[in-house]
Amino acid sequence: MAQSVPTPRRAAGVRLALHPAVVGVLGFAAALAIAHAGGSVYGATLVARTALLALAAVSLSFLIGQAGLVSFGHAAPLGIGAYVVLIAGEYGVTEMLVVLPLGFAAAALFSVATGAVALRTRGVYFIMITLAFAQMIYYVAASLSAFGGDDGMAIAARSTLFGLRLLKSDTGLAMLAVALLGLALFGLDRLIASRYGLMLRAGRANEAKLQALGLDPYRHRLIALAIGGGLAGVAGVLLANQVEYVSPATMNWHVSGELIVMVVLGGTGRLAGAVLGAVAVTLLDETLGHFTEHWKLGLGLVIVAVVLLRGADLKALLRGGAA
Amino acid sequence: MTTALFVSQLLNGLQLGVILFLVAAGLTLVFGVMDFINLAHGVQYMLGAYLVAVLTAWTGSFAAGLLLGLVGALVLGFVLEVLVFRHLTRRDHLEQVLGTFGVILIVTELVRILFGSAPLAFPTPAVFAGSVTLLPGLNYPVWRLVILVVGLAVAVLLWYLVNRTRLGMLVRAGSTHPETVSALGVDIDRLFLVVFAFGAMLAGLAGAMAGPLVSVEPTMGDRILIVAFVVVVIGGIGSIKGAFVSALVVGLVDTLGRAFAPDLLKVLVGKSAAAAAGPALSSMLIYLLMAVVLSVRPSGLFGGRSA
Repeated sequence: MAQSVPTPRRAAGVRLALHPAVVGVLGFAAALAIAHAGGSVYGATLVARTALLALAAVSLSFLIGQAGLVSFGHAAPLGIGAYVVLIAGEYGVTEMLVVLPLGFAAAALFSVATGAVALRTRGVYFIMITLAFAQMIYYVAASLSAFGGDDGMAIAARSTLFGLRLLKSDTGLAMLAVALLGLALFGLDRLIASRYGLMLRAGRANEAKLQALGLDPYRHRLIALAIGGGLAGVAGVLLANQVEYVSPATMNWHVSGELIVMVVLGGTGRLAGAVLGAVAVTLLDETLGHFTEHWKLGLGLVIVAVVLLRGADLKALLRGGAA
Repeated sequence: MTTALFVSQLLNGLQLGVILFLVAAGLTLVFGVMDFINLAHGVQYMLGAYLVAVLTAWTGSFAAGLLLGLVGALVLGFVLEVLVFRHLTRRDHLEQVLGTFGVILIVTELVRILFGSAPLAFPTPAVFAGSVTLLPGLNYPVWRLVILVVGLAVAVLLWYLVNRTRLGMLVRAGSTHPETVSALGVDIDRLFLVVFAFGAMLAGLAGAMAGPLVSVEPTMGDRILIVAFVVVVIGGIGSIKGAFVSALVVGLVDTLGRAFAPDLLKVLVGKSAAAAAGPALSSMLIYLLMAVVLSVRPSGLFGGRSA
């Protein structure tokens, strides 16, 4: 009796320690610590960039893997988050605690407004419509002549946190990005495990059954789009701060495509897969990018090879390599 | 707003419309017959422009360049289908998106390696270089009229092929009831190969026609692809008639919107507001049109199959 009590508690502790959010955060933190110890500014930049792209990929993985919504316009909420930093900065607002919720809200609002139309359709229609709406916001951004038009412009200053310039260095920004990624992974994981998450997956598997039970998949999917879009907006806020420059190119549909690549490379079944995918694509970019400006050729070949070698996703390869 | 200006913008809109139709026709058939989403269709458009530009310069004759270029586009369509696309037709849409996106990256980068990122020179063929006076005060470029004529001729040809031939009958049946057609003993994979390669050639023709008007560069297919998606969605997947009607509507709305919406706004909301909102609104018009059509008819204007 006395011995049996600690066992489940220890198991719960182990389970928490092995939670993807914890593992992910620890992994990024370790990379950041190594970079910091080595005095590498580039390392911190790389960690910040990878973590914020991972956040965007995780938010898309939530839509694709859980809700079954293949959005090909995820660069739009990402770019909206970035533009929130730029526009708020021009009006003198640079506090992260203001900009971050604002970026979430603006991106979520866009996702709901376009989703209300896109969700009336399925399959290839949904893919094309999300792509078209993202392209629409791309052209809108390009026509904002007060904010740089086609070329974009530099942000006024990096955001402050609690009024302090904690994010001035890429190390500070990387810590925030990693923390937000961990929070998002943990929160979405709880959401997936909840009744709501179950309903999303049920709607993906068999919509007619869900409707027969008196549940309304449309509303659940709209909420999912708001959450996914909002989190991409948060990633966009971080992206604008990291690059210190915002342009319509952030919303280019190739960005949407690359986010899908990250999600699918890592496996759509789990959110953590998107983190692996983001790390893989960023590392591919960084390593191939050093050798040739034509690194996208390599990325394209990897993508086609992966798709044609059915089922051989990155995690399976890693597992196979480890075993 | 003079009559001459209005007529020239009207013609520009129709000309954009027929280009969009040439691209969207292949897309919508491939969607229809195989439920296959091909993002790389814009690449075929770009390749068409490059092939014809290069072969014209090489042979010294536009007619020879166009003919060889179209054959080249057809062959490349066959090659891509055999190498990649046929392995994706039975997969889910996500994998098709991913695979065709990979093809875009590869082909675009290969073209960039071969020809560089700078736009390629594609002069208007000398025979069609001038302009004609259509109305008093309206000189219209001959090449744009040629595009209109070619586009309409291809539309008639397609109508004949799809509605009056045995192959067209199979394509029509395949685009609404692929399982039934397959059960009746038609090799639907071969049908797909033919439709796909033919669609690639039409996209290549569109690229060659548009070449002298736009800058021929590796990413030229991206913009047209997404507008072609809008056309296909509005017209209804699998419907040639829908693609034709909606291509002309989208071409007109986009061109006339860009030309006249800012002025119209100026009258409605005043000069300063119009200057700020005009460019944004006119570039949004076709997407708003798509949203409106979809809220009334979720499967498009002529969609045979529900979404």
